[in-house]
Amino acid sequence: MKARVLVVDDDPALAEMLTIVLRGEGFDTAVVNDGTKALPALRELKPDLVLLDLMLPGMNGIDVCKAIRGESGVPIVMLTAKSDTVDVVLGLESGADDYVVKPFKPKELVARVRARLRRTDAEPAEELAIGDITIDVPGHQVTRDGQQIALTPLEFDLLVALARKPRQVFTREVLLEQVWGYRHAADTRLVNVHVQRLRSKVERDPEHPEVVLTVRGVGYKAGPP
Amino acid sequence: MTRAVPQPAVFVAADAWLRGKWAELASAWRRSLQLRVVASTLSLSSAMLLVLGMVLQTQITNGLLEAKVNAALKQATISRDLVKRELDRVDLATESADSVKDKLTSARNRLASPPPGDAGEVAPSGAGTFFSVLVDGKAGGDNVASSGPIQEVPGELQTAVLQDKFAHKITTVSRDSGQVTMIAAGVPVVTPSRTLQLYLLVPLTGEQQTLELVQNTLLLGGLLLTLLLAGIASLVTRQVVSPVRQAVEVAERFADGHLEERMPVAGEDDMARLAVSFNAMASSIQDQIRRLEEFGALQRRFTSDVSHELRTPLTTVRMAADTLHDSRADLPPVLARSTELLVDELDRFESLLGDLLEISRLDAGVADLHLDTLDMRAVVRGAVDAVRPLATSSGSIVELTMPDAEVTAELDQRRVARILRNLLGNALDHGEGRPVQVRLSADEHAVAVLVRDYGVGLRGGEEQLVFNRFWRADPSRNRRTGGTGLGLSISLEDARLHGGWLEAWGEPGAGAAFRLTLPRQHGTPLLRSPIALPSDHAEPMPAPAMVTVPPETRSQDVEFPH
Repeated sequence: MKARVLVVDDDPALAEMLTIVLRGEGFDTAVVNDGTKALPALRELKPDLVLLDLMLPGMNGIDVCKAIRGESGVPIVMLTAKSDTVDVVLGLESGADDYVVKPFKPKELVARVRARLRRTDAEPAEELAIGDITIDVPGHQVTRDGQQIALTPLEFDLLVALARKPRQVFTREVLLEQVWGYRHAADTRLVNVHVQRLRSKVERDPEHPEVVLTVRGVGYKAGPP
Repeated sequence: MTRAVPQPAVFVAADAWLRGKWAELASAWRRSLQLRVVASTLSLSSAMLLVLGMVLQTQITNGLLEAKVNAALKQATISRDLVKRELDRVDLATESADSVKDKLTSARNRLASPPPGDAGEVAPSGAGTFFSVLVDGKAGGDNVASSGPIQEVPGELQTAVLQDKFAHKITTVSRDSGQVTMIAAGVPVVTPSRTLQLYLLVPLTGEQQTLELVQNTLLLGGLLLTLLLAGIASLVTRQVVSPVRQAVEVAERFADGHLEERMPVAGEDDMARLAVSFNAMASSIQDQIRRLEEFGALQRRFTSDVSHELRTPLTTVRMAADTLHDSRADLPPVLARSTELLVDELDRFESLLGDLLEISRLDAGVADLHLDTLDMRAVVRGAVDAVRPLATSSGSIVELTMPDAEVTAELDQRRVARILRNLLGNALDHGEGRPVQVRLSADEHAVAVLVRDYGVGLRGGEEQLVFNRFWRADPSRNRRTGGTGLGLSISLEDARLHGGWLEAWGEPGAGAAFRLTLPRQHGTPLLRSPIALPSDHAEPMPAPAMVTVPPETRSQDVEFPH
């Protein structure tokens, strides 16, 4: 089955070009050119991934991102023209999983999209635990005291990566490679922002984390089971 | 300071204490206008009062003395006439010495108790109490007949009177009761037989007391006046100084960034005018700053807009070109080559656009520094890895020399990596296939990376030119990196943003060297680089002034609001 990508971009030429490239790579695409139409399209089409331009008429890309996160954990990849400004951090904090900086090469974009859509289909029946958190890997479910915690697929992957090797300290670079699929050194802010987001959901007190621990100067590791 | 003789500790301590007090005083003197005005008023007025007091005292002394001398002389004349009348009947020449003495004594006694009829003559002289001495000086030899305390009459006066002169002199004699200053007046007394000498000793005790009183009064008055003047000076200065101090406070707050701070305006005096001008200046500065801030915001906005507006169509073009490029095998050779050219030039266009935006951000002072404490070795290694393909194509080997221990520094990885990639790309580009050496070294305060090539090198003066925008060593040379011509300019700005130096050295035929020196802790000024440039062996280190950044500029760049 073809994966469906919802392209949210106001520039018709770029939207069309994105469609051409993504279709060429075997994806199904739908385009909306207005931020306000993104949510209805999301509900109607149930895409596997959203490609979101940060600068949009009608509704700001950041706000669209927040709105989508409000009701769905669908992977979001931002398109941004600015790599070194607060926009990237803002976008990530509002829920985007990854970003590509314009002008990007088609291969780069496709790699990002595939990394987000990658599903380990035949996962063994595995149950992991950190602290009082239980992770049902194939079921994609995280629970505390029988209470389910809703995580986006990316946050889930991040938690599983940490939980699978409880004693290992992961550097940001290693996490970028394992969770985001970057082969080369990339923006470590991705890791920082998503760890914060993950903590805000799984920690009892995000100020004093027990599940995802910071190892100063190195990276992160899972808390004791 | 070392001393030959060790000082006892207590002296040293006292010395230090004194020096401390002195420094305190000196600082107060420098800082307080009021203190200076009061001190100068005090010293000037006391000097003036001293002179005035001395003049007054001299005047009074002279006046008193003159009156007394006149009185003494008048008394002497009167006394002479009295004595003369007394002795006119006596022939001294025939008398024995003892009888002469008796006669003299009796004449003297007449002076002390003049006859009632003569009282009117004595009183007007105003000489007060006096002692008289009557001498028969011309008798000669030992048998000089005298009456009264002749030993108290100064010798000079006796000599003068003996020559029949009318003279006076001020003298001080010691008596049992202490020192007594007196006017000694001498007159010759002509008697029919012989000329005698009459001396009157008029004590100045009363005058001395008067003078002492005057002196004390003058001293006390002067002291009081001086203190009063100092008080007045202090009060008056305060009137001027306190608004000035207020102005200073306002100006300091203004300088601290409270741009809405203004001075209160009261009345129409000079202080009010100062306040009005200060406020006008403050408003003008505030306007200028606001305008600059708006301009900065506009510039940032513009940069960001251009960035977005240019990048979106470029992305489309880029994707379209890549799509064509991917299927170039299916295209006729001319079209295939065209797509290749298109893609290559798009790469150049992209990097040029990126560099232009970067440099405009640096120019606008909106570039922000993301500082992390990193191992510089990892950054260098990353940069060397990044240029490996270029090294392969240029045929140069990159030789890396680094310390074994970790070299941490506070830096923006993206910027430092970009500087190093630029320097390495440059070295490989101009290295003529010879090895490129990269050396990392650090001391306590700084880390430095030297990138050395042995290629064509730089001609004299080009060490500065290489950092100019779009400057090319040799336009005809073919380039592998396809650099934008902005790389070194951006690198220099990046180094500046870190508070670091980027310097170049080169000699024709001997190659070139670029040295990047960064402070290990952001904000500490660089004094020297841990690595020497090749030129340092021959001559002293060139002044790194061209890349030194004054701290205020740097902080402005870094702390600009986003």
